[in-house]
Amino acid sequence: MKHLDEYRQAHLVQGILEDLRRRVTRPWVIMEICGGQTHSIVRHGLDQLLPEAIELVHGPGCPVCVTSLELIDKAQAIAARPEVIFASYGDMLRVPGSGRDLFAVRAAGGDVRVVYSPLDAVRLAQENPGRQVVFFAIGFETTAPANVMSVLQARALGLRNYSVLVSHVCVPPAMHAILGSPHNRVQGFLAAGHVCTVMGYHEYEPIAARYGVPIVVTGFEPLDLVQGIRLTVEQLESGRAEVENAYARAVTREGNAAAQQVIGQVFEICDRNWRGIGRIPASGWRLRPEYAEFDAEQRFEVQALRSEESPLCIAGQILQGLRRPADCRAFGGPCTPEHPLGATMVSSEGACAAYYRYGRSA
Amino acid sequence: MKRDEAIPVMEGAVCPVPLAHDVTVVMGHGSGGRMTHDLVQRRFQRVLGNPALEQGDDAAVLRLPQAAGRLAITTDAHIVAPLFFPGGDIGRLAVCGTVNDLAVMGAHPLWLTASFILEEGLPLATLDRVIESMRVAAEEAGVAIVAGDTKVAERGKADGLFISTAGVGWVPEGREASGRLARPGDAVLVSGPLGDHGIAVLEARGGLGLASDIVSDVAPIHGLVEALFEACRQVHVLRDPTRGGLATTLNEIARQSSVGIELDESAIPVRPAVQSACELLGMDPLYVANEGRLVAIIAAAEAEAALQALRRTRYGEGAVRIGRVLADPAGRVLMRTAIGGTRLVDMLAGEMLPRIC
Repeated sequence: MKHLDEYRQAHLVQGILEDLRRRVTRPWVIMEICGGQTHSIVRHGLDQLLPEAIELVHGPGCPVCVTSLELIDKAQAIAARPEVIFASYGDMLRVPGSGRDLFAVRAAGGDVRVVYSPLDAVRLAQENPGRQVVFFAIGFETTAPANVMSVLQARALGLRNYSVLVSHVCVPPAMHAILGSPHNRVQGFLAAGHVCTVMGYHEYEPIAARYGVPIVVTGFEPLDLVQGIRLTVEQLESGRAEVENAYARAVTREGNAAAQQVIGQVFEICDRNWRGIGRIPASGWRLRPEYAEFDAEQRFEVQALRSEESPLCIAGQILQGLRRPADCRAFGGPCTPEHPLGATMVSSEGACAAYYRYGRSA
Repeated sequence: MKRDEAIPVMEGAVCPVPLAHDVTVVMGHGSGGRMTHDLVQRRFQRVLGNPALEQGDDAAVLRLPQAAGRLAITTDAHIVAPLFFPGGDIGRLAVCGTVNDLAVMGAHPLWLTASFILEEGLPLATLDRVIESMRVAAEEAGVAIVAGDTKVAERGKADGLFISTAGVGWVPEGREASGRLARPGDAVLVSGPLGDHGIAVLEARGGLGLASDIVSDVAPIHGLVEALFEACRQVHVLRDPTRGGLATTLNEIARQSSVGIELDESAIPVRPAVQSACELLGMDPLYVANEGRLVAIIAAAEAEAALQALRRTRYGEGAVRIGRVLADPAGRVLMRTAIGGTRLVDMLAGEMLPRIC
C-alpha cells in the first residue's frame, strides 16, 4: 500500500539496525512519547531487533491512559442521564472509572455512541434536536483541531444541544515533568510525529537545551522508528542535544498554522490532572469563557465524585518511564485487557495493552 | 321530526373489512392465524418451496443419502446492521454461515431450517428480498430449507429482522477434521484475502466516509472443502474464520490441539482497500470477520496439492500458505513480522474499537 509499504521494507530497516549496532558504544535510555509508537514498536517486533544497549521506555502519550479518573467518572455520570447522547472515540468506552466503564453505562440504559470524528457528534446533535449531545473531547495536540472545529461548527449552526467534555493535554509540560523528576532515567526522546504535525517542533528546542537531551521528531512505521532511534543515538554518542526532524514528510518546524489558530481561538491553557502522574501546571487546554455555553461540565451539574484508583496499578510510573509493564504484579494476572485495572491496559495506545497483546509479558 | 342527536346516523353499510396489510409486517403476522398462514405460504413456501417444506407438517421428515457415515448438526443466529451490504445481506449470511459450519466438519450440507423474528413495521418488500437471497444462496450451496418459523416482535424490540438457522449435513465415512488434529509440521493455508466482510459491513453502516469498493466475501465454501478432500489424504483442521477473524480462529485451534502456530506476516493476504481502512481505524485485519473464507491445516507434504486444488475452485482463487504448526509454544499463535521480529497474536479482548488518533 502506498505510503505504508515503503516504510515497512525489511532490508531498509535491517540496514539502519546494522548501522545502529556499529554506532552504539554504551547503554542509552530513550523514551518514545506516543502510545501509537509503542504499539508499532511491539507489533512489528522492533524491540527485539534493537541492540541490547538501547532501552526503549514508553511515554505518557496515550490520551486514553492519562485522562483523569475524576473526568472519566464525570463522563459516566453525564452519559447515564436520560436526555443525553454521549459520543466518544471507541477507545474510551472500555476505560475503567472508579467503579465501571462506559460499556456498563450503555448496558444500564445510557445512550453511548462511538463516533469516528467529533463532527459526527455535531451531526448527531442536528439530527436529535430534542436530546443533549455531549462529545468526550480528549486527546493531545493531535485531536485538538478537530475537537475545536466541532465547537465552532456547533456555534455556526446555532446548536443549543451540543457540548464537549474537555480533557485536553499537551506534550511539552509532560516532558518537563519527566525530565524534572529526580528519578528520571530518560536520556533522549522520540517526539510524537502526529503531535508535531499540528504544533511543529520549535516548542521542543528550549527543552533540549535546558535538560541537554536530544529530541527527534519520529513517525510510526518501522523505518520511521529505527531512523528516529538512529538519529537520537548519533546525538547521544556525539554528546549533542538538539531537536531533529525524522518525519519531514509530515512535519515542519512551525507546524500547521491554521490548526494552531483555531485551537487558540477556542481553547486556553489550564492545569490538568494526569491519571497516574498527578497535577501538572499549565499542561492542558480548556474552553475559553467565550465558549462556556459548549462546556458540558457547566451544562450538567455533576456532583463531586470521589474517585479511587486500584492500589495494585502502577500505570503512573509506567507512563513516566520509571517502570515497565512487566514490573507490575497485577500484569496478566488480576489486570488483563478483559479486566483492566488501569487505563494503560485498555487503549490501543496503552503500553500494558501493547505488551499483553503482543506477548511481551515474559 | 326532530332527530335524537344521541343516536348516530346510519350512512349505509360500513362493515369493517380488515385491511390486507401487504406492505409492512404487523403484529397479526405473528398471530398464528390466517395472516401467519398467508405470510408463510405466499412469501416463504412459494420462493423456497421443496417437497419437505410444502408438507406443512410440524417437522420435516427426511431420508439420509446413505446409511453409512455420520450426521453433522449446527445452529446459528444472525443479526446484522444494515440488513443489506455490498456483496450480501442477512439472508445470504444466514444460509452461508450455516452451510460453512457444516462444510468445515467435512460434511455435505443437506438441509437447513430458518426461524425469523420480524419487527413490526418491517416492509414486506424487504422480507421478500431477503427470502429471495436465501433461495439463491441455498441453491448455490445445494441445500434445501426444509422447515421454518416466524414470530413478530413489537416495534423497537427487534432490529428489523433476525434469522436463526439450523443445519444438517452428512459426513462420509473416513473424513475426520477437527480443531484437535493440528500436528507440528503441518502447513496453515487460507483461501483468500482477509477482512472483506467486516470492513464492508462497517462501511455500509456509513460514517467511515471511505470511497471504497470493498465487497463482503460472504459465500458458501463447501466446494473448497470437497476439493481439498479430493486432493489430499491428510486434511487435519478446517475452519471458517468468522467473528474474531483469523487470529481468534487460530488461537482456538492452537489451544484445542496443544500446538503453537507461526504465521508469516508478509504472506497474509489482505486487500489494499481493507488494509487502508484498517490502518485508518486502528483495526487489525487479523481480527476482522470473514464469511466466505476457509482456513485449512494440512500435512506439509500435501500443502502444494491443496493450494492448487483450492485455487481451481470458485471462492478459492486467492488461496495461499500463511504459516506452519509448531510443537511449542503450545496454545499460542506467533507472528514473524515483515521486518524480522516476532510477536504474539492474541485473541481479541471484547469488542474491537476504533482508536482515537
